Amino acid sequence: MSDYRSGDPAKLMEAIPYCRHLGITTSVENGALLLTMPFAQRLIGNPALPALHGGVIGSLLETAAIAQVIYEIRGERLPKPVDITVDYLRSGRAVDSYARARIARQGKRVVNVHAEMWQEDEAKPVAALRGHFLL
Amino acid sequence: MSDAPEWLKHAKKHMNLTPYLAGIGGEIVDIGTPARARVPYSEKLIGDPETGVVHGGVITGLLDHTSGLAVMVKLREPMPIATLDLRIDYMRPAKPHQDIIAECECVRVTHEVAFVRGTAHQGDAKDPIALCTGAFMIIRGGVHGIPVTP
Repeated sequence: MSDYRSGDPAKLMEAIPYCRHLGITTSVENGALLLTMPFAQRLIGNPALPALHGGVIGSLLETAAIAQVIYEIRGERLPKPVDITVDYLRSGRAVDSYARARIARQGKRVVNVHAEMWQEDEAKPVAALRGHFLL
Repeated sequence: MSDAPEWLKHAKKHMNLTPYLAGIGGEIVDIGTPARARVPYSEKLIGDPETGVVHGGVITGLLDHTSGLAVMVKLREPMPIATLDLRIDYMRPAKPHQDIIAECECVRVTHEVAFVRGTAHQGDAKDPIALCTGAFMIIRGGVHGIPVTP
């Protein structure tokens, strides 16, 4: 069994090259998983604003969902996305971003996960994701 | 596309230089209908280290970028746009060591909103990796000093 399947999300982020590219790290606060993505120039979609790329925001949210499933369920393989919907609520600014996810429903083969991303204020989400993942 | 208006060619150039797209090694291929962009396979895009399959976020990113481009192709003048929502259906995992191509078409533009459909595939559009549906806000009148990018 690989390290990242031990349920340790920090090892998961280190093992996934794309998460390293985005600079995503994890921590556990009061038993809840928190993802952090420090601002970096390579995350920019619109240099004039500047604003994070919508794809970066979607990537962070999808990663939060996957990490939450690994953390809670510890399956034999990485959960596979079936579908995701991302609502963009605010422009993602050139500052650090955070994300959290929760499993809304767990079936035998599939889970429904909700995730939210914010920057300075958790009460003002930048984007939200709902998605299904195969276990 | 040689018959594209100057501002659209400029927008294409601008969107090719987007740091995120450049960082994943992607490029815009076509500013037509459909709008088309491509990302070659590389190690840093991997989402599953055991299979070498690209992270779903790369596909989301490429489809978001190409969807924005598709909206611009439909607009008659440069206008800032913003993604409202994006739904991605993952049909199958992307095969490692193959390019991913996104093809998006803006199916309808209203005064304030544009609707997009798109496909991501690896050479055969009939065998898609993912399908996307997106809605974009069109900021008519623009925002001073903000060039057209998604």
